Amino acid sequence: MSKRKAKDAPLPVGKCISEVQDILRKRLCHQQLPDTPEGVEAQHKHLLELLKRTAVHGESNSVLIVGPRGSGKTMLLKCVLRDLLEEKEVERNLLQVHLNGLLQTDDRIALQEMTRQLHLENVVGDKVFGSFAENLSFLLEALKKGDRSSSRPVLFVLDEFDLFAHHKNQTLLYNLFDVSQSAQAPVAVVGVTCRLDVLELLEKRVKSRFSHRQIHLLSNPTFSQYLERVQTQLSLQDDFPDKTFAQDWNASVKTLCEDKSVEDALQRHYNSSKNFRSNHMLLMLCLSRVSVAKPAIKPADLLEASKMCLIDAQANMLHGLSILELCLIIAMKHLNDVYEGEPFNLQMVHNEFKKFLQRKSNSMYNFEQPVIMKAFEHLQQLEMIRPVDSSSVKTQREYQLMRLMLDNTQVMEALQKYPQCPTDVKQWAMSAYG
Amino acid sequence: MKYFTRLRVRRVYKWRGKPISFNRKLKTCEYASLDISVEGLPRVTVIKTGQHILIEGDDEDNPYVAKVIRLYGDENGKQKKVVVQWFVRVSEVPLSKLKLLGREPHPQEIFYYQGRSCEDEVDAESILRPVKVQRLDGAAPFPDSDDQDTLYVKLSWDSKTFKSVDSAQVDSDLSPDSSSSPPPCSRSSLPPSTPCSHPAGTPASRHTRRALPTPDLAIMRRAAPGEVRYSKATMSAGKPSTAEAESMHSATKRSASKCLSAKRRNAFARTPGIRKKLELSSPEKKSVIAEDHLNQLLDEGPESALMLAQRLSSSPPQAVLLKHSLTPLRKNLKSSVLLNKMCLSEINSSPSSDHSTRATTPSKKREPQSLKEPALEMLAEVDNETSPMLPITATPRSSKRKSAQLVSSRIRKQLNLLDDQQDLNSDGEDEDEFVPSKRELQSSSEDDEDDDGGEKEAALDSDDEVLVKKGRHAAAGCRTPRSKQRTRTSTRTPRRTPRRTPNRKITPGTPRTPHRATPSIPCRLRPAQQPANVLEEARLRLHVSSVPESLPCREQEFQDIYSFVESKIVDGTGGCMYISGVPGTGKTATVHEVMRCLQHATDMDEISPFHFIEINGMKMTDPHQAYVQILQKLTGQKATADHAAALLEKRFSNPAPRKESTVLLVDELDLLWTRKQNVMYNLFDWPTRRHAHLVVLTIANTMDLPERIMINRVASRLGLTRLSFQPYSFKQLQQIITSRLNKVKAFEEDALQLVSRKVAALSGDARRCLDICRRATEICEHSAADTSATGLVGMSHVMDALNEMFSSAYITAIKCVSVQEQLFLRAIIAEFRRLGLEEATFQQVFVQHQALCRVEGLQPVSVSEGLAVCQRLGACRLLLLEPSRLGVLQRVRLNVSQDDVLYALKSD
Repeated sequence: MSKRKAKDAPLPVGKCISEVQDILRKRLCHQQLPDTPEGVEAQHKHLLELLKRTAVHGESNSVLIVGPRGSGKTMLLKCVLRDLLEEKEVERNLLQVHLNGLLQTDDRIALQEMTRQLHLENVVGDKVFGSFAENLSFLLEALKKGDRSSSRPVLFVLDEFDLFAHHKNQTLLYNLFDVSQSAQAPVAVVGVTCRLDVLELLEKRVKSRFSHRQIHLLSNPTFSQYLERVQTQLSLQDDFPDKTFAQDWNASVKTLCEDKSVEDALQRHYNSSKNFRSNHMLLMLCLSRVSVAKPAIKPADLLEASKMCLIDAQANMLHGLSILELCLIIAMKHLNDVYEGEPFNLQMVHNEFKKFLQRKSNSMYNFEQPVIMKAFEHLQQLEMIRPVDSSSVKTQREYQLMRLMLDNTQVMEALQKYPQCPTDVKQWAMSAYG
Repeated sequence: MKYFTRLRVRRVYKWRGKPISFNRKLKTCEYASLDISVEGLPRVTVIKTGQHILIEGDDEDNPYVAKVIRLYGDENGKQKKVVVQWFVRVSEVPLSKLKLLGREPHPQEIFYYQGRSCEDEVDAESILRPVKVQRLDGAAPFPDSDDQDTLYVKLSWDSKTFKSVDSAQVDSDLSPDSSSSPPPCSRSSLPPSTPCSHPAGTPASRHTRRALPTPDLAIMRRAAPGEVRYSKATMSAGKPSTAEAESMHSATKRSASKCLSAKRRNAFARTPGIRKKLELSSPEKKSVIAEDHLNQLLDEGPESALMLAQRLSSSPPQAVLLKHSLTPLRKNLKSSVLLNKMCLSEINSSPSSDHSTRATTPSKKREPQSLKEPALEMLAEVDNETSPMLPITATPRSSKRKSAQLVSSRIRKQLNLLDDQQDLNSDGEDEDEFVPSKRELQSSSEDDEDDDGGEKEAALDSDDEVLVKKGRHAAAGCRTPRSKQRTRTSTRTPRRTPRRTPNRKITPGTPRTPHRATPSIPCRLRPAQQPANVLEEARLRLHVSSVPESLPCREQEFQDIYSFVESKIVDGTGGCMYISGVPGTGKTATVHEVMRCLQHATDMDEISPFHFIEINGMKMTDPHQAYVQILQKLTGQKATADHAAALLEKRFSNPAPRKESTVLLVDELDLLWTRKQNVMYNLFDWPTRRHAHLVVLTIANTMDLPERIMINRVASRLGLTRLSFQPYSFKQLQQIITSRLNKVKAFEEDALQLVSRKVAALSGDARRCLDICRRATEICEHSAADTSATGLVGMSHVMDALNEMFSSAYITAIKCVSVQEQLFLRAIIAEFRRLGLEEATFQQVFVQHQALCRVEGLQPVSVSEGLAVCQRLGACRLLLLEPSRLGVLQRVRLNVSQDDVLYALKSD
C-alpha cells in the first residue's frame, strides 16, 4: 500500500482510535513538547536570551526558574533548550550537565555525575576517582582553566534546586556560582524549583554570588483560556492520517467543551487547581474511555472522570469496612466530639461502643474483646487511626492513645453510602452524643 | 659510592706560576693563570685573567659564558675560585623580555650582563674551556661565519632592558680574548662526526661532555680532609665532577658579601641566579644529567670514538627520556640503560652493572634515614660487587686486564670508604633534624647518587620546588639570588644537583600521577563573539567576573593590607591579618589587587620575591583539606591531610634558611572551624615561627568571628591586626559602576544613582549592584526595539530590574493560585483569628474552608481535595506544613504575613 493511498482512503475506525489515543497520550503525558509554550512567552524569551548569551558570547549567568508544581518549569526549560540547540553554533559548543536534587543527594554524588556528564573522566583515564576532595579540586581546576572566549560554555541545570541548598556547606552551589562570577570557563547555572523562598535557603555568601535573576512562572489563566486549552489539547492536528475522522473528532471535542455540565465540571477543576498537570490527568481518564464502539469523548465520560478525580480516598475506604469496624469508627467520632479531639484508647472506644449496645437491647453486635481488638488493629493498619506517638510501644495495646485520622464529614459521607447500613447504627452516628 | 671508581673525563686544574698576591683577610692567593689539563692528554689549556670562558651550567648545550676577572685560591690550594663577569645567552633571557630586543636574536649572540643578581664568583673546576667572544657594533651585522666557537656581543642586559654596550668597557674585556682565544683543548679529541650529532648546539656542548677535564681522583684525595670529603661524596654520588662543578658554580653565584662565610662553610648552595632562572623548569637540564651519566660512564681521550658511538647510540632513548622521564626513577633506569649499553659494547660483565644500579635504588628508597649507617654499608657492598666491571672502562691501559682492574679498583674503593665513613659519622649529627618522611614525600625515588644521603635536605628540596613553581607562575626575572642562599655543609651540596632534577620533575602533568593530569573544559570551535553594541559592551564590563583596571573606593583598605604584607616581606617576618566584611564588599578582590601590586613590585626588584597561595574554605570538602591544598600549591606535592600537616609543620619550623616569604590567603575562614580548631591553630601558629616567613591573610564575613568561634589560644595567635570592610555607600557604588563602565555611555546618570542608592540601602553588595545594572541593560535592549528613545538605560529599565530582583514573589503567587487555594488561605487566617494562635491543624482549617465554600457558593471540597490544595500551597512554601503522612492532623502555619495574604486576596 502506498502512503498516499493510505492517506486518502479512510482508515478503519479501530486504527483511527488507536492513532488518536497514541497522539493524545503523548501530549498529555508530557512526552511531547508543545511548539510554543503557552502563557509564558516573556519568560521563554528571557531565558532563551540569557542562555544564548552564555552560549554565544561566553557570558556567565545564573538564573532560577521558580513556579508552583505543574506550572511548566521543566517544559519551559526544555523548549528553550530545543530552540537554543537549533542554532548550529550553539549546538556544537554548549555542554550540558543535568542534575536533580532528588538523585544527587549530596555533593559527592553530584560532582561525580558532573564529571561524568562533562566527559572529564577521560582525562584521567581508567583511574577511578579518589576522594571527594580530589574530585572537587579536579573539577574546579577544570573550570578554572577555561576563559570567557575560548572555552566551551557549560550549562548546569539543577532540578529541584532547593534540595541542593541542603547539602553540607552548600559547597557545590558556592563553587558553581563562584565560577559564574569569576573569569573562568563560562557557565550558566539554571536552577529549577517550586519553592518561592528558595533564596532564603542560600547562605549569605552563596546568595551574594547568585545573580538574583529569577524567572517566575506564575501563570494565571482565566477560565475561558483554561477551557480553550482543554479543547486544543484534545483536538487533532491537520496531519492526522484520516482527515474525515479528524474532523469528526474535532467537532465532537468542540461540542463536548460547549456542554454545560462539562463546563461545570471543568470549572470545578479550575477552581481547585489551575495547573495543567491535574487537567491532563482528567483528560487522560476521559481518553481511556474512548473505544471503537464509542469513537468520541462524551460529556458523561468527562463527568465520570471528574468524579473519579475528586473522590475522597479515605471516605471511599470506609465503604470496605465491616460493621464492627464502622461502629468503632463511630464510637471514636463521638469520643472526638465529646473530648474535643483528645486522644483515646481502645478501652474508651470499647466502652463507648458498649454504651451503644446497652441502649439497644438486641445483642446483634455483641463481640468478644479479642475480636474488637483485632478490628481496632485493622483500623490502625489502614491508618484510619494512628498512635499519638510511636514511642509508647511499652504501654499495653488497649491503653495506647490513638487519634482518629478522619474528619466528621468523611464519616458521615461514608455512612450514607455504606451498603445496607443498619438504621440503628446510622441513627447512633447522627445522634449528637453517643 | 658505588661509582667511585667509575671512569670519567678527568680534568686537572692547576695554578700556573706563583701567586701574584695574597689577601690576608680572606686568606686567598691570587693567581695570574690556571692550567687545565685532561688526564691522559698532553695538551694543557691555560686560562688567564681577561679571557672568556665557558662555565658549566644546567644546560649542557649552552654553558654559561663569562670573562675571567680574577683567579684565586685559598691558602692550601683546595679551592680554586674565579671571579668573572657574566654574559647572558639568548636562551637565558626570559622569553617575555626577549621581545624588548626588537629583532630576532642571533643564535650565538650573548649579552653583557649588568644585573646584580648573579654572583660573580665561580669555582674554577666548573670552567670548561676558553671561548672566543667578539664585540660588534650595534648596527653591524653578525658575521656569517661557520665558526660556532665565536660568540658575539652587541648589547648588555640588566635583567630588565637591553642597552648598547659601553664599547670601551667591553672592548677592553674583549681585546685580550680575541687575541689569545686558544683552540679549545678538547677540540683535538673531538671526532669529526660530532658536529652533526648536535648541529644546533653551540660548540660548547660538545666539549662539555667528553673532553672536559675533571679533577682527578688522586688530586681530590690529596686535598685536605674537608675537600676529600667533599670530593668523595661527589664521587660516590656517581656524578663526580660535573655535578660538583655545577653546584660550585652556582654556589658561587652569590652575593659577594656572603662569599667569606660561604667559603668557610664551603657551602655550595645550588642556586642558579636570576639569569639562570629561565632554565629552572626547562627540560633541557635533564640533558645535562643524562650527559653527566654518560660522562661518568664513558672513558676519556683515546676512547672518544667509542664514546661517541655510544653517545650517539644512546641519544635516541635519551631524547625520549628528556620528554617523559620526569621522575628520577626513570633516570636511574636510564643510567642503567646507558651503563648497560656501554658494558655490552665493551665488556661482558654488563649484567652485574645493570643489576647493581637497580639494586641500589630501591634499597635507598626504603631505608629510613635513621638507618644511615647500615644502608651505607650495604651500599658499599653493592659497590664492591659492581666494581669489577667499572675499572674496565677506567683507562685504556687497564682495560685489557680485568683481574688487575678489579683488584686495583677494590683497593681504591676501600680507601675511599674509610674516609667516607668518617665523614659521614661526623656529618650525621647535623642531619638529624631532617625527618625521614620528607624523603618519602619526595615521591621521586632517590637517585643512585644518594646512597649516603639519608641526609638529604628536605627543606632544600621543597625550596627547589618553590623555585620551580615560582618559575612557572611568576613573571620572569624577579628572582634574586639572595633568596636562594643556603647554609649547608659542603658534603651535602654535591648531591643537590642530582636531587634538583627529580624535584623539578614533580610538576603537574607527569605521567606518574595520572589523576593530576590537569583537566579542562574543551575549547569551543570558534571564539566567543565580541560585544557588538554599547549595551553589550557595558554588560561585559559590568559582569562581576571582569577584572577592573583599578579597585575604586577601597584605597584605604588596600593601603593597609599592602603595607602590612609589604612590611612583613621586607622584614622577613610573619604575621596574621583578619579581614571581615559582608559579602560583596571587595575583600578578596582587594587582597588580589594587593598581591598583583606586590608581584609588580617584585618584578621591579623593589622587594624580594614572595610566594602567594590562596585557599578557600568553601572550595574544600573538609577543613583538614586546607593542609593538602597549601602543600600542593606550595610544593606541588600530594599528600594526605595528616601527612601534609606534618610536612608543613616541618617546613615552617625548619631552620633551613629560606629567604622567600609566603603569603597565604585564607578565604572563608569560618569554614575551617573544627571542634579542636587545630587547622586554624596551625594556620595562625606558623607565622609566629622564626623561620616560617609566612604572612597569613584571613577573610570571613563576621567581624567578631575570632571572639565567637575561636578558643582563646587560637584567637590570641590570630592577633589584633584586623580590618573591616564596610558595606559600600551609594556614592561608592556609583563610582564603582562608573569606573567599570569607563566612559562607555550606556546609563543615564539618574538611573545609576537609583541603582546605587537602592543597593546601598539594602546590602551594599557590589555584586548585586552590578547584576542589577546588567539586567537593566537587557531590559533596555528588549524595550529598545519599540521606543528607542535614547538607547541609554533609563530609570524605567532600572526600576524594572530592581522590581524583578527585590520584589517578593509571594503576593504575585497568591494572586495566581486557584480559587480553592485562595479560599484555603482565607480559612487559615480565619482559623488563626479564632484560635488566637499562628498555628492550626488541617482539620480545623478544613472546617473553616468548608464554611467559606458555602459562603462563596462553591461546592464543598472533599478532604482529599482539601489536602491536595494544602500540599500545593506547602510545596511553594506559602504554607509551612508538617509531614504529609499526618493527614488531617498535620499542623499548618503561614509562611507569609497575614497582612500580605489579605492584601493579595483583597486586590483580586
